[in-house]
Amino acid sequence: MPSGTLQIKAISAHSGSIPGLGVQREEEVCKYIDVTTCIGCKACEVACVEWNDMPFQQTTFDNTYQTMPNTSWNYWNLIKFHEHQRDDGTLMWLMRKDQCMHCEDPGCLRACPADGAIVQYTNGIVDFQQENCIGCQYCVSGCPFDVPKFNSATKKVYKCTLCSDRVGQGLEPACVKSCPTGCLKFGTKTDMRALADARAKQLREHSGFPNAGVYDPPSVGGTHVVYVLHDITKPELYGGLPANPTIPVTYTIWKRVAKPVGLLLALLAAPVAFFHYITEGPKEPSPPQ
Amino acid sequence: MSGAIERLDERARQRVETFGRTVVHGGELLRHPVYTRVLHWGVAICFVPALLSGLAIYSPWLYRALTPLFGGGPMTRLLHPWFSLGFVVFFAFQFLNWLSPMTWNRDDRRWMKRIKSYVTNAEEVEPEYVDFFNAGQKLYFWAIVGSATVFVLSGIPMWFPEIFGRIVVAISYVLHDLAGLVMLVGFIIHVYEGTASQPGTFNAMTRGTVERRWAWTHHPAWYRRVTGRDPRADHDQEVRNLRSPDK
Repeated sequence: MPSGTLQIKAISAHSGSIPGLGVQREEEVCKYIDVTTCIGCKACEVACVEWNDMPFQQTTFDNTYQTMPNTSWNYWNLIKFHEHQRDDGTLMWLMRKDQCMHCEDPGCLRACPADGAIVQYTNGIVDFQQENCIGCQYCVSGCPFDVPKFNSATKKVYKCTLCSDRVGQGLEPACVKSCPTGCLKFGTKTDMRALADARAKQLREHSGFPNAGVYDPPSVGGTHVVYVLHDITKPELYGGLPANPTIPVTYTIWKRVAKPVGLLLALLAAPVAFFHYITEGPKEPSPPQ
Repeated sequence: MSGAIERLDERARQRVETFGRTVVHGGELLRHPVYTRVLHWGVAICFVPALLSGLAIYSPWLYRALTPLFGGGPMTRLLHPWFSLGFVVFFAFQFLNWLSPMTWNRDDRRWMKRIKSYVTNAEEVEPEYVDFFNAGQKLYFWAIVGSATVFVLSGIPMWFPEIFGRIVVAISYVLHDLAGLVMLVGFIIHVYEGTASQPGTFNAMTRGTVERRWAWTHHPAWYRRVTGRDPRADHDQEVRNLRSPDK
């Protein structure tokens, strides 16, 4: 388990190097979520608001068992409930704990234009630093999971921190600590992935879920939150989990390549104008006096 | 233009022209009336901070350099759309004000074909057909019209992303950048052409007047229209006067 100060690995919109990177090596962390053993008790939801000291807000009741339709700026962890009718007519009640996925290649961090508003630690946690946030909400547009939420009063964006404050002290996230069924586990990415693979294999071979699998989407470089799903071919059933989460090219190719090249080309107009003056000189009204 | 918009343009012009004045000295011509100058500087005063605050958010390499000008990152983000709104409103009036002299015509195509000799200062005076604005000025005007339209269409979703959703914002982001780059190039050329490159031009936007020499050099057709005289003949006469000053 990691302990001590977390080491930052990536900083949004940062033009310099990252201080201290590579001095110490740290295991990547991961939260394991087995949706097949989740009972929808919402203990994790309560633990999350308790630990992060967020006041409970009035919510919208939409005739489901769900606390509210979506996560919000002060409610980072939400069980999404979905009643699914299978091909044989039987019902399944799907429950998925929705929160930040802590992508290895985070769309929010790529999109962010504010130096230091989003950081990624070497252990894989992606964390927002609200004191540097400018409230532009590009992160919302960059995230394929609709995780970052804007608070219009503070003009800042918030999301799940994977309890970086707890993890930094060698503790597990609050949601994991509160889980009564053991469907939430926390450890190294390697261990959690192995555990998830083993559980998926068990579901496939012994529990009649031939499509069971692990959700760890490679399109965002893998995530530091992995799900075991009954049916990996239909992640959308679990409250809209995207099958192929992608970061818009706007924040990848465009931002990394086209933007700096375009700016340099545009700024070329200045030296061109300057050397035009030096070589061709001004056009005086004729005849000059 | 529909009647109501025409009346708005006319009313705004009359209202602004009631204050201020343009003093035209001997040997000068009225180039830009008070209304045009007020609009131009309104556009400029809003545009420059909009450009700088936009560039701060545009690039990580500029973020730290430019955000302090506006009181930090959050304030830069907060102010940028308001500077831009000012720019768009002032420019909308300038658009109406200048629509007719900025209309593209056959002479502008001719001018574009000889742009090389314009850039290299190959000719002493501009061709006879160059009227109030040359094709280069018109090109910049229409580039602003196009960019401002793109700015508004892409800026609104970026201002209120919660209404439009992430994909609209992602597309707007690219369009906003492209419009910004076009404006940046145009602005640099515009400032150069309006100051160092062509002595006497800046005066047209400050005091509102230009020398007659300036007019027959850069805009001969306009000179002919406002003075009723032949620009080339007056130019040649001036050349002769200078050669034998005692006459």
